[in-house]
Amino acid sequence: MKFAFTDEQRMLRDTSQAFLADTSSSRAVRMACASDRGFDDALWRRVCDDMYWQGILVPEENDGLGLGWVEMVIVLEAAGERLLTSPLFAVAQSAAALTQCPKTACRDALFGSILAGDIVALALSNPSSDWHCVDARVDTSEGVTHLSGEAGFVSCGYAAEHVLVAAQNADDTLSLWCINPSQEGVRIERTPTMDQTRPMAHLYMDAVTVSNEQCLLADANEWFNRTLALSRILTVADQVGIAQASLDISVAYTKERSQFDRTIASFQAIKHKAADMMLKVESARSLLYYAACTVDAWSVGQVNDEALLEAAYMASACASDAAFFNAGSGIQMHGGVGITEEYDIQLYFKRARATESFLGRPSDMRESLASQLLDGAAP
Amino acid sequence: MKLTFSAADELFREEVADWLNDNLTGEFAEVRYRGGPGDEHHFVTERKAWERRLAVGRWTCIGWPEQWGGRAASIEQQVIFHEEYARAGGPGRMGHIGDTLTGPTLLAFGSETQKATYLPPIRNGEVFWSQGYSEPGAGSDLAAIRSRAEFDEDAGQWKITGQKVWTSLAHESDYVFVLARIDRDSTRHHGLGFFLVALNQPGVTIRPITQLTGTAEFNEVYFDEAVCGPDDLVGAPGDGWKVAMGLLGFERGVSTLGQQMLFQTELDEIIRIAKVNGASRDPDIRQRIAEAHIGLKTMRYNSMRMLSGTEDGSLSREAMIYKLYWSSWHRNLGKLAMDVLGPDAELIENGPYDLNRLQSLFLFTRADTIYGGTNQIQRNLIAERALGMPKEPRGPAK
Ligand SMILES: Cc1cc2nc3c(=O)[nH]c(=O)nc-3n(C[C@H](O)[C@H](O)[C@H](O)COP(=O)(O)OP(=O)(O)OC[C@H]3O[C@@H](n4cnc5c(N)ncnc54)[C@H](O)[C@@H]3O)c2cc1C
Repeated sequence: MKFAFTDEQRMLRDTSQAFLADTSSSRAVRMACASDRGFDDALWRRVCDDMYWQGILVPEENDGLGLGWVEMVIVLEAAGERLLTSPLFAVAQSAAALTQCPKTACRDALFGSILAGDIVALALSNPSSDWHCVDARVDTSEGVTHLSGEAGFVSCGYAAEHVLVAAQNADDTLSLWCINPSQEGVRIERTPTMDQTRPMAHLYMDAVTVSNEQCLLADANEWFNRTLALSRILTVADQVGIAQASLDISVAYTKERSQFDRTIASFQAIKHKAADMMLKVESARSLLYYAACTVDAWSVGQVNDEALLEAAYMASACASDAAFFNAGSGIQMHGGVGITEEYDIQLYFKRARATESFLGRPSDMRESLASQLLDGAAP
Repeated sequence: MKLTFSAADELFREEVADWLNDNLTGEFAEVRYRGGPGDEHHFVTERKAWERRLAVGRWTCIGWPEQWGGRAASIEQQVIFHEEYARAGGPGRMGHIGDTLTGPTLLAFGSETQKATYLPPIRNGEVFWSQGYSEPGAGSDLAAIRSRAEFDEDAGQWKITGQKVWTSLAHESDYVFVLARIDRDSTRHHGLGFFLVALNQPGVTIRPITQLTGTAEFNEVYFDEAVCGPDDLVGAPGDGWKVAMGLLGFERGVSTLGQQMLFQTELDEIIRIAKVNGASRDPDIRQRIAEAHIGLKTMRYNSMRMLSGTEDGSLSREAMIYKLYWSSWHRNLGKLAMDVLGPDAELIENGPYDLNRLQSLFLFTRADTIYGGTNQIQRNLIAERALGMPKEPRGPAK
């Protein structure tokens, strides 16, 4: 039993952190957010060409790296730590979604696109308070299949070359499709959001004609729940990064700032808050890596769907709380400068808020877990 | 990253489980799930006999070297032992201070004479130890110790005078290790000695202290020229602090998974009641049960990381948060139990004040965040050691 990084994993962590320290500085993040594109294309090219992170989850037989989930979350944790503003999350999410689809020409072509650095986005549902709410529909008339409806919070969707979209079949089951934003009837608009480091889009479809070849999965009900779980785990990685960075920059600030002839880091109220922040982030990290190991075990059939969902509920509830607690406490530890645009803690705070409700609130995660624990047959 | 044990370790697990299964029967059936924090006063004689049974099976002191009767068990094996022990309902260990504190201290700092004198009876489950650190004036601030030790040249003995307090199970123990001041003029962590003292002697008076549960697990222990031999000082005079602090380093967290197994039993019981009495439909209770479940899993994977060790062998960040985490979690669990029970939580079923398990849990978990370093002290340590924040100022508040 060694619940610790291997040498290779440690190296991946170190190189990821070093690369992002260089390329995703506070200034770079702010410039990316302010740009029309919403992220820096040149940096995305470097991520793809130099780091090849888009290939981490793409299977080896599709020429990807075919690495495990521990590797994937290592990189995404580093990305969260540096507020990376990039299509990386969207692409990781899509790769995770595709690995569960049967081998088809469409799927293999999509893996190829991902490796080439194309942006493939995932349109799961049209959430208001419930992320299970799929608003897209499949209509077949006179032998022609159309997709109509909407999907929200599509990461980087406005910049995507391809979009994976879940839709309701006539019989209320779900299916999964791949559409092209340039197809007739497709409209994807950037969604203005409070957090600008994770750009979002809204998808509208009005009788978009799709061919059978565009169907990735005819019965996607199980796929939907699994993909929600996998996407949550990817988000958890980001949140652990947010929680860690919020702790680090806040503690560093308190060691520099003096009041009452002492550094404010010497005040016990500040120290205890920092200790609680460390407890939160280390706990979230433990559940993150547990969840990553669970996905790896699940993909080879060692554990069932229930265990996968449970891991995602737990990690998501814990990391959402940790990121928000740490970023919020971080603002308080900064005092007045925490309220300024200039200091980075506010960027972490907004990203923590955004990820907290993305794919389900912590209270939703706990309720789903409670349902697993309490509503089944007596143990 | 791996979350599974090796095949050899799994075999070891079977061996432990089988032995416990075979032995927690007959005269020992009644001690299953008894003892432990909040229940220490129950089945003391039987649990001492159980220690001797464990010793026969070579299941005491398994982490010690073979030379002293241990098994030199690996960290993994020790974890497994604790897990299986908890799973089988093994009773709270009367011998755990000797096994996990006195023994490792002597192995690290003791003389050959001390090892030969004190280790075998611990190993054989015959002699029981208690820990004499805290004093009325030295709680969180342990270095404020005032008990004194003086070497009486004529008698050729150490003489100890002072008062210890909160000494768990002293009234059921044979020996206590005592931190006392040798150098009269010394202050704080200088000039201390770490002494091995027999409790059954005229110079020692033990007075149990009744707790909020109505029972007594800890004591005041008065030393009035209590004696111990010239060989009963561990380390050199003045090394007491170093020896005492060395103890902390022995806690590699091997018992954490076993502890969590007991916590799981408690949570399962609370879930069972919630399903029966309908509390499981209350949205707030549902959230809190889920939160408790998450907390327990968090502890498990925090422990797994901690047990996997740091690269340089230093105390890991997971180890530093462990006490704060479990104590807070367990205290919340006690309150959750009461809230699930509702008004029934108040009712005493037996005798004048014979609390049931969940009532004891609720009341005694308030101690979890106090003993072994309070939550506030844990936070100070985390901030100072893990986050490099300044040390607490000392001296009178201005
Ligand atoms: C059930 C139980 C069993 C025990 N068993 C033993 C035993 O076997 N042997 C033994 O030696 N001791 C034992 N103890 C004693 C235990 O270690 C002490 O109670 C503990 O260290 C706290 O000391 P205190 O009780 O004097 O509280 P105090 O130190 O007086 O603390 C009172 C309050 O002040 C806070 N406080 C103190 N200092 C600071 C600070 N610097 N910063 C912030 N807050 C602070 C504390 O957190 C606490 O909330 C036991 C205690 C209990 C409850």
